[in-house]
Amino acid sequence: MAELSVKHLLGIKYLNEKDIQLIFDTADHFKEVINRSIKKVPSLRDITIANIFFENSTRTKLSFELAEKRLSADVINFSAGQSSVKKGETLIDTVNNILSMKVDMVVMRHPNPGSGIFLAKHVNASIVNAGDGAHEHPTQALLDSYSIREKLGDVAGKKVVIVGDILHSRVALSNIFALKLQGAKVKVCGPKTLLPKYIESLGVEVETDLRKALNWCDVANMLRIQNERLDISYFPTTREYTQQFGVNKTLLNSLDKEIVIMHPGPINRGVEITSDVADSKQSIILNQVENGVAIRMAVIYLLASKIK
Amino acid sequence: MSQKVLLSSEEINIILHRLACQLLENHLDFEHTVLIGIQPRGTFVAERLTKILKEEYGVKHIDVGFLDITFYRDDFRRGDKTLAATKTKIDFLVEDKKVVLIDDVLYTGRSIRAALTAIQSFGRPSEIELLALIDRRFSRHLPIQPNYRGRQVDAINEEKVKVMWKENDGKDVIYLINK
Repeated sequence: MAELSVKHLLGIKYLNEKDIQLIFDTADHFKEVINRSIKKVPSLRDITIANIFFENSTRTKLSFELAEKRLSADVINFSAGQSSVKKGETLIDTVNNILSMKVDMVVMRHPNPGSGIFLAKHVNASIVNAGDGAHEHPTQALLDSYSIREKLGDVAGKKVVIVGDILHSRVALSNIFALKLQGAKVKVCGPKTLLPKYIESLGVEVETDLRKALNWCDVANMLRIQNERLDISYFPTTREYTQQFGVNKTLLNSLDKEIVIMHPGPINRGVEITSDVADSKQSIILNQVENGVAIRMAVIYLLASKIK
Repeated sequence: MSQKVLLSSEEINIILHRLACQLLENHLDFEHTVLIGIQPRGTFVAERLTKILKEEYGVKHIDVGFLDITFYRDDFRRGDKTLAATKTKIDFLVEDKKVVLIDDVLYTGRSIRAALTAIQSFGRPSEIELLALIDRRFSRHLPIQPNYRGRQVDAINEEKVKVMWKENDGKDVIYLINK
């Protein structure tokens, strides 16, 4: 049978179309598994996985841990806040110490772009990137596309607009790669200050008028303003941002057609989307979270099957 | 590579009817019994038997499910290839039911071992039976024997039993292939 073309999941950039299809097909089976009365399979009972998080996370960390446990892997968790990193230990030393406890796979979130790639070059384990700075967040993009496929039947030919802070968003970059690979049309929309200069070179269009963008699209992926990464002022006030780039029910109802609303979480309710939009029937935000477990099970299963 | 016909279409048909009768004898109206075809190829046997039981023996309702055992196999990471899953479709609980696991060829018994674990995700059956269309004698790795067997075959390890179905492969026939 087909197998992944990669040994690590460092970014969507390194995957091909067949890889994505294989991950989705495998996730379909795992989605059926996690809806059983007993939601666990014994596949990975001899695999140990370390979740190493140098940055805060709720959803991603829980989702990975749940996926690993439902595959029967042994799991160890590590958060930088409570660790020897604070005492000055380097990344390679930290990871190699963990690996000498016979760990087969490392799921890592790190504030520095490229940290996963760096690690994959220097340590002997399968690496899954759970977000590296403003670079990539591949499992998020996979679950986003998977959720679009589930809702609309297919990703190819669909029109997706990514709204918000494109400049600091790893979700945006991974989504652009994933959507383009599957043949979707992509626009990005946000304040000019938060759109990277050469973003069009990735094959996406830029739109600064939110209403126009929403009228064009089938799916709107609303990103969070990443206040923790905003080193300077990119827009005058949050209130002004919301007025120009926030989606509320009135705006949504005034569109020509019914669009699908997505959000990678965590939501800043009342900033990028209002509560009634987040909780409306057009929103698939909670489906994204459910699909996240199935997608991560698929990724881990497929990568683990390559560990010899 | 040489191949000979082990069972022809007529012989398969006779055997399926006998197996259907044996099932009927033990399970009567199938009210408390479910048939589970093991993916990928046990499902054809399960569907054929269901058809015969319904159309020729007047059984009104039979719960039939398909069980994929990929994630329960004991050879994960032991071969060269990634194990590919197929669809599981069991729309009912097996709690307190009599389960009949159905497969086309019983060989080492490892698939059945995996199926016995997998079926527990759908409840606790009151009992589990095994039906195999072809039972390859003397090649078991585990202490597993069928309750219903179509034909017993003495095949050596280098040989392969290939079961073909009209709906999938164009005709009903079973070959013994010498690799």
